Amino acid sequence: MSFFFETLAGGLLAGVMYALVAIGFVLIYKASGVFNFAQGAMVLCAALTFVTLTERDVPFWLAGLITLAIMVTLAVAVERIVLRPLVNRSQITLFMATLGLSYVIEGGSQFVMGASVHELDLGLSDLPVAIGPIQLSSFDLVAALTAGALVLALWLFFERTRIGVSLRAVADDPQAALSIGIRLPVLWATVWAVAGFVALVAGLLWGARQGVQFSLTFVVLKALPVLIIGGFTSITGAIVGGLIVGAADALAEIYLGPLLGGSVSTWFAYALAVAFLLVRPAGLFGERAIERV
Amino acid sequence: MPPAVAATFAPGRRVALPTLPLRPVGLSLLLAVTFVAIPLTANDYWYNAILIPFLIMALAGLGLNLTMGYAGQASLGTGAFMAVGAYATYNLLLRLPELPLPVSLAGGGLIAGAVGLVVGLPSLRIKGFYLVAPTLAAQFLIEWVFNQVGWFSNYASSSAISAPRLVFLGHDLSSPAGRYALTLTSVTVVTVLAWRLVHSQTGRNWRAVRDGETAAAVIGVPVARAKLSAFFVGAAVSGVAGALWAFTYLGTVDARSFDLDRSFQAMFIIIIGGLGSLSGSFIGAAFIVLFPILLTHLSNAFLGGGLDGGQISNLQRILFGALIIGFLIKEPNGLIALLGRLRRPAR
Amino acid sequence: MADLILELSDVSLSFKGLKAINALSFSVERGEICALIGPNGAGKSSALNILNGVYRADSGHVAFDGQRLRSIRPGAAARLGIGRTFQHAALFTGLSVLDNVLAGLARYSRTSLIEHALGLPRDAAETRRFREAAEETLSFLELTPYRDRIVATLPYGIQKRVDLARALVARPTLLLLDEPMAGMNGEEKRAIARFIVAARDAFGTTVVLIEHDLGIVMRLSDHVVVLDYGRKVGDGPPDAVRNDPAVIAAYLGKPH
Repeated sequence: MSFFFETLAGGLLAGVMYALVAIGFVLIYKASGVFNFAQGAMVLCAALTFVTLTERDVPFWLAGLITLAIMVTLAVAVERIVLRPLVNRSQITLFMATLGLSYVIEGGSQFVMGASVHELDLGLSDLPVAIGPIQLSSFDLVAALTAGALVLALWLFFERTRIGVSLRAVADDPQAALSIGIRLPVLWATVWAVAGFVALVAGLLWGARQGVQFSLTFVVLKALPVLIIGGFTSITGAIVGGLIVGAADALAEIYLGPLLGGSVSTWFAYALAVAFLLVRPAGLFGERAIERV
Repeated sequence: MPPAVAATFAPGRRVALPTLPLRPVGLSLLLAVTFVAIPLTANDYWYNAILIPFLIMALAGLGLNLTMGYAGQASLGTGAFMAVGAYATYNLLLRLPELPLPVSLAGGGLIAGAVGLVVGLPSLRIKGFYLVAPTLAAQFLIEWVFNQVGWFSNYASSSAISAPRLVFLGHDLSSPAGRYALTLTSVTVVTVLAWRLVHSQTGRNWRAVRDGETAAAVIGVPVARAKLSAFFVGAAVSGVAGALWAFTYLGTVDARSFDLDRSFQAMFIIIIGGLGSLSGSFIGAAFIVLFPILLTHLSNAFLGGGLDGGQISNLQRILFGALIIGFLIKEPNGLIALLGRLRRPAR
Repeated sequence: MADLILELSDVSLSFKGLKAINALSFSVERGEICALIGPNGAGKSSALNILNGVYRADSGHVAFDGQRLRSIRPGAAARLGIGRTFQHAALFTGLSVLDNVLAGLARYSRTSLIEHALGLPRDAAETRRFREAAEETLSFLELTPYRDRIVATLPYGIQKRVDLARALVARPTLLLLDEPMAGMNGEEKRAIARFIVAARDAFGTTVVLIEHDLGIVMRLSDHVVVLDYGRKVGDGPPDAVRNDPAVIAAYLGKPH
């Protein structure tokens, strides 16, 4: 039984990380109405920039600041150059544009900084920690705590402040939001900058875990089921969805994988997401629009 | 049928039925070049590196274009449907050797279509962008199944499947020219069928659902049937492309050849070539196949081979991505619209 | 005994707790032109949406041609012979005028995918029949010159007429028109009114329409139903409604 709880706890810790990434998606979805496929590429870009700087003996804090500046600039530029000309176009068009964007960012990052795998040592130890009968990795625990703190901060920021209210207004009805004096460009810039910041943190935590390499971009493929389950428009939904996907993935891998004779983590979250979609198309915390003709 | 309608449906004056878009001269010229002139002049490099992959990817893109460009149902499962077509054809050739090659190929396509139909079922409940989820699920699940279940690859190592001898009516089609002939004939036949469908009631229903699903339902277009048939036909076409990819292009493939990147490639083909245009699929495929070759030659000519393969492929990613964005912003109807405008300057 | 084709009894509908329609009852006789009028937000479009299954009423029931419909889906309503045009035309903008009109015949299609792909004789015959029916409707609504134009490139007034053609080609028993003359000038409005009357006279179609231009409504319709805040406040022949004090108070504002 304690093995079950260990698996579950490990999955939930991973789930916190998914939640963190998913919040980046939710913010952009609410502000710009797009599932930003390029978020994965941004994670890669952030981690690659940071690790390239530290390998050239730039101190951590400075590398962090420089990377943050680059990410924020990149995110704001993307919003200006790619998404703004596509305002009022269909969601699938916006999605395809961010797909193209992910190719640009991935190709660009690797063109400049190379495609080899980098080690990233954040100075976190990876020792087993016993909590009651459960053994967890100290690295996972610290990573989850960091991500959890950030998740909480973002949740507070976007639920409790003026900018959060503006964001909700824009997601509901951009025209009305404009007419009550919300400055969209400021809001867009803020949200995309925050998304760049989230990409940095996620890139560092994940990069330290599995090495800074191309596979970091697959984060985006994990985030989609999280959003479908939680709902594209809800920060709370992203948190809950992240935990569900993290736990379900870990449990399925341990208990379902051997039955089916192999790793199921490539598709299990998607099967779960499709099941949710069919039962609750708007997700657990999403809002459903009334059809108009 | 209410009597009033029956009355108006009584035979009256003849009306012209739709005809092929190319005038007879253009069409026969195209057929003469592809079926006669190219085999007389092309060498093995042209067959293997350009013509065969171009034709196959055009067909894969065409399949996606039917589902997504005509019927408006987003799909990221093209790679998976190609895989089903390849593995199904392989098993038909292996287990029912008495079937003639074209029948096995068509059978592989139909099985891929059936899988596509199942993958399309969620489209009856969910719309638009959300369809990305079930098609992605299919993409991952199907790739996984072919990797895990040995039966599909006849228990070959790393689940690779190899082309048996390609023979039709006693002719060995294993030479580059023979594989080209098989590919070209299959692509031509499938394209003609697709062209007929697109200009029939089926195609009209697809486009009606794409342009306004609620309005389509209200005026009596069978929306569910339109969606499912679009998934079926699109997946079947991509399935034939997958089988050709395995047997006339690569010779040996495993499931990784049909991964998510292949699905993205098909999507890029139709965005660049033209969503909702059959010829757009061919133009987009030509672009996708020729562009990397051009890029390599350019880099060798101007940078003296200063870029290695990895850097060229990174450069290619950047340029492809930028092109996608550029087309979506400036020319959402793709190269085909651009070409059309060049031919007939705006009035 | 009047020949009723449509009867609504006690129909209610609400969105997120907001009553859009409140215990609405009225009936329409076969072959008449019935206008639904009322200020914006009175529930007129919602009423039409219930009639052809886009929305589902919370309570009450609708009888069409003696048959009770409670939770009908749009496709089924079309098959029963309920046609519909839309406030904002809602045409298939990427298709030609002819293809839009042909799409209106989709529910009469009896041919299969395979027949379409192979171009079998039944498909060819059906295509020809559909094409003739569509051409006839196009010429009836004087749209023939626009036949091959892509709808997105046409002026709004023509688009509204294509919308009417798309509904009319299927020869519906009941035709629901949501603001068929919105955004038109006087001449265009008179043309549409003429087409509506001609359709009723030629095909016996019953028409329920929503329109804001009261001058046109009073001349065009046989029967007027007035809605206000989801309730019926008037019902009768145009002259009676025009002079009904309750209607004047609720909708027309001050008498003129």
